[in-house]
Amino acid sequence: MKSLDQLKKHEKGIIKGFSDDTLSVKLMEMGCLPGTEVSVDLIAPFGDPIAIGVAGYCLSLRKAEAACIMIED
Amino acid sequence: MSKAKKIKIALVGNPNSGKTTLFNLLTGLNQKTGNFPGVTVDKKSGFCKLPDSSVAEIIDLPGTYSIYPKTLDEQVVQDVLLDFNHPQHPDKVIVVADASNLKRNLLLFTQIRDLGIPLVLVLNMMDVAQLKKLNIDLRGLSIDLGIKIVPTNSHSGDGISVLKEALTKPLIRSKRPFYDTYELAPRTIDKIKEDFQLEENYRAYQFAQQSVRLNFLSEKEKQIIDTIKTDNGFYDVPTQTQETLGRYQLISDIVDRNIKNSKDPLKKSITEKIDRIVTHPVLGYLIFFVLLLLIFQAIFAWAEAPMNWIEGGIAEFSNLVRNVLPEGVITDLITNGILAGLAGVLVFIPQIAILFAFIALLEESGYMSRAVFLMDKFMRKFGLNGKSVVPLISGMACAIPAIMATRNIENWKDRLITIFVTPFMSCSARLPVYAILIGLVVPEESVLGIFNLQGLVLQALYLLGFLAAIGSAFVMQFLLKTKERSYFIMELPGYKIPSWKNIGLTIYDKSKTFVFEAGKVIIAISIILWVLASYGWSDNFKNAESNVQLQVGSQATEEEYEIALNSYKLEHSIAGSFGKLIEPAIRPLGYDWKIGIALITSFAAREVFVGTMSTIYSIGTNEESETTIREKLRNEKNAETGEPMYSPAVGFSLMVFYAFAMQCMSTLAIVYRETKGWKWPMIQMVFMTTVAYLSALITYNIFS
Repeated sequence: MKSLDQLKKHEKGIIKGFSDDTLSVKLMEMGCLPGTEVSVDLIAPFGDPIAIGVAGYCLSLRKAEAACIMIED
Repeated sequence: MSKAKKIKIALVGNPNSGKTTLFNLLTGLNQKTGNFPGVTVDKKSGFCKLPDSSVAEIIDLPGTYSIYPKTLDEQVVQDVLLDFNHPQHPDKVIVVADASNLKRNLLLFTQIRDLGIPLVLVLNMMDVAQLKKLNIDLRGLSIDLGIKIVPTNSHSGDGISVLKEALTKPLIRSKRPFYDTYELAPRTIDKIKEDFQLEENYRAYQFAQQSVRLNFLSEKEKQIIDTIKTDNGFYDVPTQTQETLGRYQLISDIVDRNIKNSKDPLKKSITEKIDRIVTHPVLGYLIFFVLLLLIFQAIFAWAEAPMNWIEGGIAEFSNLVRNVLPEGVITDLITNGILAGLAGVLVFIPQIAILFAFIALLEESGYMSRAVFLMDKFMRKFGLNGKSVVPLISGMACAIPAIMATRNIENWKDRLITIFVTPFMSCSARLPVYAILIGLVVPEESVLGIFNLQGLVLQALYLLGFLAAIGSAFVMQFLLKTKERSYFIMELPGYKIPSWKNIGLTIYDKSKTFVFEAGKVIIAISIILWVLASYGWSDNFKNAESNVQLQVGSQATEEEYEIALNSYKLEHSIAGSFGKLIEPAIRPLGYDWKIGIALITSFAAREVFVGTMSTIYSIGTNEESETTIREKLRNEKNAETGEPMYSPAVGFSLMVFYAFAMQCMSTLAIVYRETKGWKWPMIQMVFMTTVAYLSALITYNIFS
C-alpha cells in the first residue's frame, strides 16, 4: 500500500482511504475525498512540508499528515 | 435609532474567500474590535446602512472550512450559530464563497443552510473564476442549492449594492435540509429534538456531534446528550465521515452540472509559475531573506523621522504646559508623568504601522503562506511553527507589534511559545544602551583587517538574543502540555493584488488597539515611576534645596544648580532608595546603586537607561549627551577599589543583562492583552530576569 508522502514531485494518484480517523475527517473537509485525484505540486526545500493540488486548489500539509493518506497503486 | 430594530447579520466563510474585504466594503470605518464573551477571540463588528435606511450590525466571524472547529477561533462560529441566546446570534447569515473554488467552499454553506438560519450565498471573487475560465450558471446553481445567490467581486466592489438590497428583503429559510442527517442517527436526533425543543434535524445532530465543545450547554445538559448517544449507539467520527462524504457527493453533482471549465489543463497558471520561484531551494530562501531585510530596514529608516516628530511634538507640548500652568506637583505630574507616558505609547505607532503594513501586504498577496511553508521544518525543531517566523523577525524592531502578529498562529501552544520567546530578540530600544556601553568598553579596532570590533560585538548581542529565543522555545515545548492537536493543513491561496483599503484598515486597527489597550497600562506605570522618582521619605530629600545650595556654592549658575538638584533629588527619592536597597543583590554583577536606579527606571522602557544615567551623573540634557555621558562614565571610580567603575567586566555584564532582561512594560502589557491574564507576563518576567541575572553574573566573573 502506497501513501501520499511516497509520491515524487509532479506525480499523481487517486485517494483510496486514510489510516487516521480524526485526521481523515479534517482532510475530507478540505476536499481530500476518496476517489479524488491529487498531485504533488511542491516540496519544501528540506523535504517537508509538501503541497498538493486537490479539488482545484493548493493544499500544504506536513509529511506525517500526508502519510495518513492512502493512494491507489 | 432604537437598539431593537437593528438586525444582526453574520459573515461566514472559508479563509481566503475575500470575507474580510467584503466586511470592510460593507462597514467601512464603522468597525470595532472587541472580544466574544468568555473566549480569547477577537470579535470584529461594524454597522452598515441598508438601502431601506435601516442599519444592520455586521459581525465578521473567523474564517473556517466547516462547522466542525479545528481551532479556538473557529469554535466561535459554532457557538454563535448554535446558541440562540448568544449575544451575537445572527438574524441573517451571509455565506461568502470563493467562486473559483466552489466545491470546497460549499461544504460550509450546506452545513449552515441546514441549521435553518435565513441566509444568502455570496459568490465572491468572480474575477478569479473568470480568469480560471469557469462558466458558472448562476440561475441553475441557485435553483439546485435552493438559495438566493449574489455574485460579487470584492476587489472592485461589484455586486455590493445588490447584496445590500438583498439584505433588506426577507431571506429564504429552507424547510427541507440540503442533506438530511436524519438517516444517520434517527433515534438520537428525535430524542435530542424532543429534550431540547429543537426544530431542525441538523441542529439536534450538531448537539450530538459537538456536545463536549458547546460552551453554552450546562454540564447536566451535556450529560443528557451523552446518555442519549450511548443509548442509541451514536459514534462521532464515523458519523461525521459519512456526513462529509454525503454532502460532498451532492455538492459535486451540483457543481459539475452548473460549472463548466473551459481552461486548457496543460497551461500553467500565474500562481504555479510564481510558486516555482518562491519555493525554490535557493531562490526561495534568498527572496525570503531579502524581504525580511527590506522590512527590517524600513522599520528603522522610515519610522525614525515620524518617531522624532512625535517625541518632539510631545516635548514641545510638555514645555507649553509647563509654561502655562503654575509650577507645582500637578504640572510636574502632567509633564513628567502622564505626558512622558503618553510619549512612550505614541512613539511606537510609526513602527507598528510600518510593520503591519508589510505583514498585511504579504498576507493579502498570498506570499505569507509560502514563507510559512518554507520555514516550518526548521522552526518545528525548536517547538515553534512555520508561522512563528514573522513575529520573531519583527521582534528585532519591536516586540509589541511582533507579539500582536502571533495572532496568525492557530495552535495555542505554538502561539504561546512564540509570544514567550519573542522579547528575547534584540529590539531597537536596546540599541542606544548597547551603543553607549560598547563605546565605553570595546576598543575601536579592526579584526582581521576588515571587521570593526565594536560592530562585531553588536552583532554578537543580536545573535545572543536569537539563540536565547530558540533555546527557550526548545525547552518550553517539553514543559507545556496541551490537549489541542497541532495540524499543518493549510491552504496555499492563489496570488492576488493586495487591496489597499484592507491594508489601510489593518494599520488603523492595530495602531488603535495598541494605543488604547497597551496605552492604559503604560501610562499607569509611568505615573508610578514618576511618583517613585519625585518623592522621598528621607530628611535629605526634604532638605534637598538647602543641601544642594551648600554643595554647589553661591557662584554656581542657575542651570548648574538645577542639574545638581535633580541629581540629588533622584538619589534620595524612593527610586534612589530602591536602588540602594537592591545594591546588595546586584553587587555580584558588578553594579552599584546608581546602575540600580537605571535598572529600575529602565523597566518603563530600556532606552530610559541613557536618560537616567544623565540625570544621575548630573549631565544637562541640552548638551551632546551621548559623548558627555561616556566621558563621565569613563572617569567614574569604584568607591571601594579606586579602579574605574566601568571596567570591561561591568560593561559586558550590563550588555548581557539588557539583552535578556524583560525591561519593557509595554511588552508586558501586550502579553497580558494577548494571553488574557497576568499569569504569562509574570512567568515571562521572572524567567527572563533570572536568565539575565545569571548570565550577567557569569559574564562578570569571566571578565574580571
